[in-house]
Amino acid sequence: MTGIEIYKYLPKTNCKKCGFPTCLAFAMKVAQKQVDISLCPELSEESRRIIEAASRPPIKLISIGKHRKIEIGNETVLFRHEKTFYHQPGLVVRIRDTQQLDDVISLVKGISDYSIERVGLKLSLNGFALENESRNADDFTKLAEMVSSNTDLPLVLMSSEPTVMKSALGKIAQDRPLIYAADKDNWREMTQLALNYQCPLTVFEPQGLSQLAELVELVSQRGVEDIILDPGIPCSSNSVDTLTQLRRMAIKSSYKSLGYPIITFPGSAASLKEEAMLAALHITKYAGIIVLDHFSPGTIYPLLTLRLNIYTDPQKPIQVTAGVYPINDPQETSPLAVTTDFSLTYFSIAGELQSSAFPCWLLVCDTGGLSVLTAWAAGKFTAARIAKTIKQFDIANNINHRSIIIPGYVAVIKGELEEELPGWKIMVGPREAMDIGNYLKWKWQAEVSH
Amino acid sequence: MSHLGIPVEKWVGKVQEVKLGGNGRKSVVVGGESTLPFLHFEGSIPNRPAIAVEVQDKEPTDWPLQLLSAWGDVVKEPVSWARKAVEYGADIIVLRLRSAHPEQGNSGAKEAEQVVAEILSAIDIPLIILGTDVVEKDNEVLLAASEIARGQRVALGNCIDKNYRAIAASCLANGHVAVAKTPNDVNLAKQLNILLHEVGLPLNSVLHDPTTGSLGYGLEYTYSVIERLKLACLTGDEMTVTPIICTIGEESWRQKESRATEGIPPSWGAHEERAITWESLTAITLITAGSNVVVLRHPRTVELIKHVLEEGKRH
Repeated sequence: MTGIEIYKYLPKTNCKKCGFPTCLAFAMKVAQKQVDISLCPELSEESRRIIEAASRPPIKLISIGKHRKIEIGNETVLFRHEKTFYHQPGLVVRIRDTQQLDDVISLVKGISDYSIERVGLKLSLNGFALENESRNADDFTKLAEMVSSNTDLPLVLMSSEPTVMKSALGKIAQDRPLIYAADKDNWREMTQLALNYQCPLTVFEPQGLSQLAELVELVSQRGVEDIILDPGIPCSSNSVDTLTQLRRMAIKSSYKSLGYPIITFPGSAASLKEEAMLAALHITKYAGIIVLDHFSPGTIYPLLTLRLNIYTDPQKPIQVTAGVYPINDPQETSPLAVTTDFSLTYFSIAGELQSSAFPCWLLVCDTGGLSVLTAWAAGKFTAARIAKTIKQFDIANNINHRSIIIPGYVAVIKGELEEELPGWKIMVGPREAMDIGNYLKWKWQAEVSH
Repeated sequence: MSHLGIPVEKWVGKVQEVKLGGNGRKSVVVGGESTLPFLHFEGSIPNRPAIAVEVQDKEPTDWPLQLLSAWGDVVKEPVSWARKAVEYGADIIVLRLRSAHPEQGNSGAKEAEQVVAEILSAIDIPLIILGTDVVEKDNEVLLAASEIARGQRVALGNCIDKNYRAIAASCLANGHVAVAKTPNDVNLAKQLNILLHEVGLPLNSVLHDPTTGSLGYGLEYTYSVIERLKLACLTGDEMTVTPIICTIGEESWRQKESRATEGIPPSWGAHEERAITWESLTAITLITAGSNVVVLRHPRTVELIKHVLEEGKRH
């Protein structure tokens, strides 16, 4: 929508309550997506909906939950190298209301507290999908209440029975759970529940994408705005084609009725490891919420790492600032090791040095965020560069020895570095970060004393 | 569904089909697809990604215990190892000439010829032979392997900017395929293909290894390099048509997550499960990007990847 088109819907009173001098000035800013239309307090509900619908991104941003929210959607590309993927899919674990409540509590607490530290970030799971397997409203409601009181993670409520859904929503709607799901039989009642309780709604239709789109239209015509799609894809690698079709419909065809995030269930028909493989496919290809049927750290850690990798902005390498980093309170006699400023390289080696408990200095060279071998191949981690960095950070005045450990992968620069740094002892360390602890313990002292 | 008008790309390019083996031996054809991975609604995918299993010519000294014990005693002897890998479902065997490395045995042309000949007569599936990645040494052992395997259409690597002439000439002379390897860059990959093309090696005799980053250690770079190469190929760039090969096992079993069994937080989970998932997630993700051959190490990963790929075909 252009500024002029938006302006037609505004009150044209120039009341300035939005913070702009005129309605037209405000309309222009809205058109440029610099401010939100909701800043206008005089706008009718009807006009707001029209403008929001017209200006909304190809995949609507949906938020689920209240505290540690899941925010998904708002993606703009099909391939991460074209720009980036913005909102990581939520990974949630399914719990059924037929499971023992005691087991459920400890599982819920375990998952809520579960986290992994990686490249200075904390990775965690995002919520729970509660399934009404019992077909009983009381059991389901009890489960919902109990999980809700034991976690601050978002919930998905899974029941096809509107009365059961209503019972659970009556207790926990303030958590803003995702309702799962409106289908071709129950969509009127489920839509009403989503409106009454102000919760996002899943639309489930496995017959085909045009049938799914039709059902979404019915639901959104009644006023539901926050929608998640479930196209009922098969538990196999073939799911990628439906997920790709949906993404293309939203982004390339700007097809609004399919412009919502997608929920998938890779655990439904698979063993633990197969579930992890399908979940991996859905992380790379376009899922918004992924419901797992297993919580096993040995597969969760790799999945969280994959999600981080795929959603890393390809246009800016993650890097740390060049400089000298003290690790474990080093003295002037402590060893000096050098590496590059690629954050993964830095965190791998720094983590190993820390856990070795060996005090040392870690010198980080500016290579533009490249790993050791890549930086060396690109001529950015050379003897000259290392020598320059040593001078730049005045290393010689902070240590009383003249030894430096270089990564094993760049053993070839040893000779050149000896020329660049007369009087220094150049020591070739291990190739892999995980071996640095043993190197310091067994080799460093032996070599330095020579 | 037709009235929805699902966007179907009209790709003009197609990945080159490359055949390994044949001539009495079972053959495996890789590549040939005219769309992106798994998109059966859009184009033809005549050959599913091939699963290659890595075997070394001497007992590995740098493999974690759990990986070695999954194979048992066969790791001491390459021929039995290769036979076992066939039993576990390998489509292709990758023989790594580890013992030829100057620091790991420095064996020569004779030993290379012998192990290649023995493996070729022990198995009936295609072979890929990888050298030491020390150029002078590879010129010795890979060229010897090439001679002895004449007519068997094996693949030889790595063929890099420093040795491509020698490898290409030997592949041409003996009817083999070159494994071209470049460091994680679309233009460098294309460049090497152009060089190979210029010295007369047809691109139906080239596999390309764009350098594999494992999960957590550069996977996203490899992922996007492969995806960009495939898109370039499908949109008509004739110098990016070569099928992609990824050394997944080698990269993922090198990482701490696949090796460490002690002194790690409980949130890392059980070692075996974590390590196998590390390898299989790296594999499935790079297959999703467009990899045509995945080189794996653990028997369970082979089984899992095969299952997921075959399951997909049945639906």
